[in-house]
Formats: sequence, structure tokens, C-alpha cells
Amino acid sequence: MSAQAAPTPATDPTLKAPLVRIEDLVKYFPAGGGLFGRTVVHAVDGVSLAIEAGETLGLVGESGCGKSTLGRVIVRLLPATSGHVYFKDTDLTKVRGEKLRRTRQEIQMIFQDPYASLNPRMTVGDIVSEPLRNFGVARGRKAEQKVQEVMRVVGLNPNFVNRYPHEFSGGQRQRIGIARALVLEPTFIVADEPVSALDVSIQAQIVNLMEDLQAKYDLTFLFIAHDLSVVKHISDRIAVMYLGKIVEIGTSNAIRDRPLHPYTKVLESSVPVPDPDLESARKPILLKGEIPSPVNPPSACRFHTRCPIAQQICSEVEPPLEMKENGRFAACHFPGQL
Amino acid sequence: MTAVDGIDFEIDRGEIVGIVGESGSGKTMTALSILRLIPEPGKITSGRILYGEKDVVEMTDEEIREFRGNEVAMIFQDPMTSLNPVLRVGFQVEEAMAAHARFTRDQAKQRVVPMLQRVRIPAAKDRVRDYPHQFSGGMRQRAMIAMGVSNEPSLLIADEPTTALDVTVQASIIELLRDLSRELRAAVILITHNMALVASLCNRVIVMYAGRVVEEGPTRAIFKNPQHPYTWSLLRSMPRIDETAKERLISIKGLPPDLGKMPPGCKFHPRCKFRIDRCFTEEPPLDEVDPMQRARCWVLMKNVPEPETKA
Repeated sequence: MSAQAAPTPATDPTLKAPLVRIEDLVKYFPAGGGLFGRTVVHAVDGVSLAIEAGETLGLVGESGCGKSTLGRVIVRLLPATSGHVYFKDTDLTKVRGEKLRRTRQEIQMIFQDPYASLNPRMTVGDIVSEPLRNFGVARGRKAEQKVQEVMRVVGLNPNFVNRYPHEFSGGQRQRIGIARALVLEPTFIVADEPVSALDVSIQAQIVNLMEDLQAKYDLTFLFIAHDLSVVKHISDRIAVMYLGKIVEIGTSNAIRDRPLHPYTKVLESSVPVPDPDLESARKPILLKGEIPSPVNPPSACRFHTRCPIAQQICSEVEPPLEMKENGRFAACHFPGQL
Repeated sequence: MTAVDGIDFEIDRGEIVGIVGESGSGKTMTALSILRLIPEPGKITSGRILYGEKDVVEMTDEEIREFRGNEVAMIFQDPMTSLNPVLRVGFQVEEAMAAHARFTRDQAKQRVVPMLQRVRIPAAKDRVRDYPHQFSGGMRQRAMIAMGVSNEPSLLIADEPTTALDVTVQASIIELLRDLSRELRAAVILITHNMALVASLCNRVIVMYAGRVVEEGPTRAIFKNPQHPYTWSLLRSMPRIDETAKERLISIKGLPPDLGKMPPGCKFHPRCKFRIDRCFTEEPPLDEVDPMQRARCWVLMKNVPEPETKA
């Protein structure tokens, strides 16, 4: 045995300059009183992850897997139960006061529902300039100029500053949300299902906009979504989440072409392609049963109750998320065998 | 306001037709009008809906009730709001059968468990007594499908049946619909915004935009050889999991038109990259571009050399 500890996704040696490092992050929610005391939802249960500066890391999983909670804990909209989130060298779970304010300026979030995440009583100008006022970055004429500039950047007519959110379509509202996230010139943006509420033709506009902004401002994205096609398209690397845990990490091509974890394989096989010839050949691997409750997750490997290739060991020993190849992590006793 | 304007299509037993379009394109209104279920004050102002020899538009209230119950079934997007939360799932399936004359109450009772098994609800015998909230989203959709097919309809209309579901659950619901259409020899109309689902399930596709059919034809032709710029762009605007190189998505600029403020000429021309002068003033008819395929366009994509460079 070498003295050096085995690499975890947080210490992935193939990454050059991680901007964000997440170590063993845990988030539990109380789920009300059970018969034998309080029960707990294991929403995020020991996640380690690193995000390279300038990359888009896709976080994909089905409803209830904890991906949105993970995003919210990372930006500290929710407090962590335990674990660490390092941004540059600051531990976001510990930092307070003035340092927290300064760090927060660099981290922004884009939300799924552009209807619910904008205050209907505020004008677009007020919504987009609010972060400038809150952080004391700019006010008055200077703030106005900044708002108009950022509106132009996201493709909104700067003359619309005095309009209200309801006067805009879903796609335009998402642009307002993006403008608000950009106005403080952040380095890291967590986007939680930013296109899933939009029509197909509008989705492409927003995806293209996010790619352009990333190139222009050297942004780092955590892109959270349930749609593997969108995630595959926009991400450099993908992390797959199931029931509170990351089960696989790899480059987006590797994740699609050679899934190591059976759950990744099932997800990949379930996604339809807009091509009737390919579709007639595609055989989705159908999962048995339902996603188990995060209140009482299965023992050892959480996927063993539904896994097509589960063996006895899978219900007894939890497989660690370990590096199987360069930059390739999977938590499975039988990787690549489905 | 005109939500749906001059739609005509037909569908045969055993056929699966996809109606695709974005929100507001009129795809749901088209389906609801087949059942004469258009919400007030909307109404069908002209046209006929022939079911065999009978015109649905002319049916009496009694006839339309029988038609809805015995001949057609509709499956909606959100199974939670379509099921009664205070009644047991099994009872609701039984009601669907007993409400129409085809089965007696006793027969209906006998058929509940087999129906739930037919839509592959595991441990159906135990779960008939469950309430809807005890079912997962996928199971609720299966229960809805069981209610729908319990009277052996000859037409099944599924309106975004998998939009609220996870992709692994979606895959199994699509398999189920495919098998049921075969077993029942029913005609199926799938209403969706998802072109990939259409490629997976449908024999024929109807593409709607701004209340009109803009293109129609066999699935393979529509996907391999789309002639309307809207269909062509839509297919290139969605990211594909099988993309090899990272290609920029082709986006369609702007928004679909407001039903109250329709543009003159072709309804797609304000967003179209291939428009010509005529498109601004004159609306094109839905014309044959091939014996099986029709498109509503003055230009047609086959006449555009290297469309990718223009888009």
C-alpha cells in the first residue's frame, strides 16, 4: 500500500485547477416525527466532487435524487449538515461575515422556474440591479449603466427596464434570471434545471446563450438537470446522482459511450433519440420497482434493489466511489458489466 | 380567437399518430375537440369529426357520452389531478367500466385486478385498495391508462402522457402504450412536444404551429426529409444524446405568435430563416410534397441549398 490516500472525486489528480471542491457533503432534512423518534430524509449523503475552473460539470439524476438540494447547499442557500464546500480556498460551510459577502458575490444561481423566481412587483431593472445594491457594488447612474449592459449581453432590449416580469415570455424571463446572476460578474454559476420549463425552440436559445456567456466571461458552471441529452450537450464532465449519492463521474462522452455504473447505463438507454431508424433498434433497459424512499434508503449500494446485475455483495458492502480509470469514478462492485 | 384553424387528418385502427408542437400550437385543443371537450366558451365553429360514419360534432348529448366512454379514452399529463384522491384506485377503475353500458357492476369488479395487471402494476391484487397518493407518478399514469383501456376503446388519445415522469419511467410507459395499441388494435394519438418520443412510437406525424398543421407525413419521411422550415429547425434545435462532436444548436429566434395577434401571410414567417417575399403576405396551403407527405410552405427545404449555413 502506498502512503498516499486513494484519489476521491474531490482530489481527482486529472483536474488541473479545481475552482470548487466538495468533500463528503451531507444534507439531512427532518421528516417529522416517526413512531420511534424523528425520521430523517437523507437528501445528500456524502458527496465528494470537484469542479474545474472554466468547465461545465453536469449533474444529472431523476426526481428526488437530491441534485437540487446539492446545488443549494453548494451555494449556501441551505446549510450543510456536515462536510465541506471549498470555493478557491474558502470553506463555504464555515465562512462568515464580510468574507462570506465577498465570496458570495462570485457565486450565483439560476433557477428552473422563471415565473416563480422573479418578484412580480419589481421591474426588470430593479430585479437585475438588486444584487448591485445589496452588495454595495454600484448605485444610481452607474448601476443603471451596468443593468443595461448586462441586459444587452443576455439578449434583452435594455429599453424594457421599467417593465414587469409578467410582460415577458418564459424564455425572456429566464434571460432576466441570467442577467441577475451575471450582474455581479461571478466566476461560478449553479444553474438548476434552467431550461426544463421552456419550449424546445426556446431551450436552444438559452443553452446557446449559456455557452456564449461561458466563453465570453470564463465562467464555471454546475448545470443541474434531469435531461441527459441537454446535460450531455452542454457539459464537459457529468456526475450521475442516485438517491443522495454520486454513482459515477466522467467526461460526457465517456459517460454516454461506456457507462460504468448500471444506473448510468439504464439512464442512457432510456433516452429517446429523434431518429426513427435508431429508435426502432433501441432497447431501453427497464428498471424494476420504484425509486426507494430517501428516508430509509437501501443498505450498502443504494441501487441494489433495482439493479439488473446486483449480487449478494451489493446489499452487504457499499462500493466506494473510486477512480476506475484516469478521471473516471464509479461506485459499483461490477463496473461496466451491464 | 382562433386556436385551431382548418385541421384535417385521419387515423386508422392500429395506427399511432403523433401530434407535435410547442405550447399554444393547438395540439391539445385538436385532441379535446375530437371528444367535444373544449372548455367553455370555446367551440367548434366549423368542420366535421367523423368516427366511422358518425359525425361527432352532430352527436346528441347521450350519443357523445357513449362515444366518450366506450369508443375513446383519453390519458392526461398529470395523473394526480385526474384521479380522485379520496377514492381507492381499484374503485376508480371499476367506476370507469360500470359507468358505461358495456359491463355490469359485477363484471366490472371482476375485471379490475386483471386490468391493473395488464398495465403492469406490480402486486395488483394488493394495490387495488391503495389510494392515489400511495402510488408513484408512474403507477398513477398506469392506473389512468387502465381506466382508459378498460372499455377496450378503439381510439386512445394520450396528451403528454410522460411529460411529468422521469425518463426511466417514461421508457416503460411508452413500451406499455406500444403493446396496448397492438393488443387492442386501437388507433392512438400521442400529443407531445418531444420529437424523440414521436420517433420512438409513431407511424405518422402531424406537426402543428400556431393552430395549423404545417407538415404531415410518415414518421421516417418527416425526420429524414422535413420540408417545412419549422419542422427542420425543431429537429435541429434539440440536443441529441448521440451527437458526436459538440455542435451548436440551431435555435429558432423569437416566439410563437399570440393567438390574438396572428401575423399576415405564413404564420411562421417572422421566425423563419428561409422566407421569401410571398411568405409575408400570402398564407401557403398544406400541399402535397410527396404522395404521403404534405407541408404548408412556399419555399420547402428541398429547394434550400445548404440550409445549415443559412441557419
